[in-house]
Amino acid sequence: MATITERPLTSRLRQDREPVLAEEYERAGGYQGLRAALRMAPNEVTDLVKRSHLCGRGGAGFPTGMKWSFVPMGKDAPHPKYLVANADEMEPGTFKDRALMEGDPHQLIEGMAIAAYAIEADIAFIFLRGEYQLSARRLTQALAEAYERHYLGRNILGSGYSLEMYLHISAGRYICGEETALLNALEGKRAHPRAKPPFPQVSGLFGKPTIVQNVETLCNLPHIVSKGAEWFLGLSPTGEGGTKLFGVSGKVKKPGLWELPLGAPLRELLEEHAGGMRDGTRFRGVLPGGASTDFLVDEHLDTPMDYAHVAKAGSRLGTGTMVVLDDQTCPVGMVWNLEHFFAQESCGWCTPCWSGLGWTEKILLAMEEGTAVQHDLEILKFQPKFMAPGNTFCAFAPGAMEPLQSALKYFGDDFQRHIKEKRCPWR
Amino acid sequence: MLSPEVVTELLSVEEREEIEAEAAHYPVRRAVCIDAMLIVQRHRGWVSDESLGAIAELLGMSTADLDGIATFYNLIRRRPVGRHVAMLCDSVSCWIMGYNRVRDHLCKQLGVPMGGTTADNRFTLLPIVCLGACDRAPAMMIDGELYTDLDEQRINTLLERCE
Ligand SMILES: Cc1cc2nc3c(=O)[nH]c(=O)nc-3n(C[C@H](O)[C@H](O)[C@H](O)COP(=O)(O)O)c2cc1C
Ligand code: SF4
Ligand code: FES
Repeated sequence: MATITERPLTSRLRQDREPVLAEEYERAGGYQGLRAALRMAPNEVTDLVKRSHLCGRGGAGFPTGMKWSFVPMGKDAPHPKYLVANADEMEPGTFKDRALMEGDPHQLIEGMAIAAYAIEADIAFIFLRGEYQLSARRLTQALAEAYERHYLGRNILGSGYSLEMYLHISAGRYICGEETALLNALEGKRAHPRAKPPFPQVSGLFGKPTIVQNVETLCNLPHIVSKGAEWFLGLSPTGEGGTKLFGVSGKVKKPGLWELPLGAPLRELLEEHAGGMRDGTRFRGVLPGGASTDFLVDEHLDTPMDYAHVAKAGSRLGTGTMVVLDDQTCPVGMVWNLEHFFAQESCGWCTPCWSGLGWTEKILLAMEEGTAVQHDLEILKFQPKFMAPGNTFCAFAPGAMEPLQSALKYFGDDFQRHIKEKRCPWR
Repeated sequence: MLSPEVVTELLSVEEREEIEAEAAHYPVRRAVCIDAMLIVQRHRGWVSDESLGAIAELLGMSTADLDGIATFYNLIRRRPVGRHVAMLCDSVSCWIMGYNRVRDHLCKQLGVPMGGTTADNRFTLLPIVCLGACDRAPAMMIDGELYTDLDEQRINTLLERCE
């Protein structure tokens, strides 16, 4: 049985899928976190977030409070400082931030206001992917309400702190989700990543100190400030702190999205929440955190889904939204689909990525079409080394290699069969 | 270079007002260029050479510079599209859940390949990456509205609704 747990991020979401607007949000305790934060000093808010162990929910899992502590503070700090909500959600298989923005837009705005206050930011942007038009409408409405009620703008709730918040609609391309590419996109440039250092915390948007944070990460902040770091740590059985939005798609009986304690076992997610595999299909593997994570297989089903345990199993928690591979679906075809995506979305800045992904995609397609030879498999196996971390300008290409390298490891026989039989055995 | 008068002619008052409102959010004027192109596209369906030139002039950029940015972003259209735009998700969860079947059906019903526009200019059919509806795959967007759990029947109903 699923255990009954607190669901701070999603408990307000309405069954009818209508958004929670200001009045309802306030009645349910909304903006109490911001009120409490404004009574604290900014560095006290950062300390609280550090003690909560909140880590980024956008894929990389970096400790949030620690990231903030690199921002120059005090009288001599450069201004304006910026806070950016990364609402670019384009990782294939990922559908969690959209649910938060469409269902409870004020929760994001409150979280952003708290983060902005902690780093003494003057301006905040929501960087939203262009396709999320319903999110855009609801955020626009919520922003207007928040300004009206003095949660944004000049002298917020009489605290002396001022913050302007704008919605920016992006024009596409997955690489915009990478935080430095995102900053270039916000500056009206092509979205190529930037060299680090300097890190955005010191020199980010328009050269000013900038914090970029995932939507789900930010949505945790009102609750951490209201209820404290100990409460937050206690939510997770493995001690990493908090809950996580987990999603499952693929041929399971009940695909969906659930908020569960960080560290919930993979098996519970797949078998209880997602209802197990559809009749006539068998589980073969799962991408645990979106397209750019390594496959996990049967032997990993008892893995607690938190950062450390998933890493120990050889993958990454990533976005926490999983894609299930079943036995009626060709693993080579699935990896081809993924690498087609990555080849198309490469920003083209560095050679191993744009060239290597082009080759990767071609070879996988040749396997699917039955024209690949043994030597192609050797070339394919070399790609994860060619595009290993450190060999490319950003984390995009190493991420693209994660499903490939793990598929070669767990489904190697299936690759071989494509070559030997000169066809896709699933067609 | 276009004269200010020509810019005034090429961009509507509404378009210019919307662009200026967005421009106020940034410390440098050219930062608004992507917003500007999306604004023009919302009004006209696409960004023509004339519109591009006018936006560049308005923001003090070269046309080549702006076109280089336009072509980077897949949601900025430098070619005209049909009255309706259908964007079918071709990413992993939708692929597993029957993308190929749905695509073939769409192409057959509309009589165009992916990327094509129907002869009567009614529809443009484009591929798109994951729409964040993977639990209700296959998914597509028509004119900015999301439709999920697609099958042949549902596609027929959706297409019939679009004049
Ligand atoms: C190719 C690429 C795409 C990314 N896309 C996203 C995204 O869509 N949303 C997101 O929050 N983070 C994304 N990230 C991670 C961001 O670079 C950054 O780490 C994150 O926004 C920081 O927020 P967090 O610490 O709250 O997770 C992406 C990273 C890479 C390398
Ligand atoms: S790794 Fe790929 S996405 Fe990243 S900078 Fe290089 S070409 Fe661009
Ligand atoms: S893969 Fe199609 S909506 Fe996510």
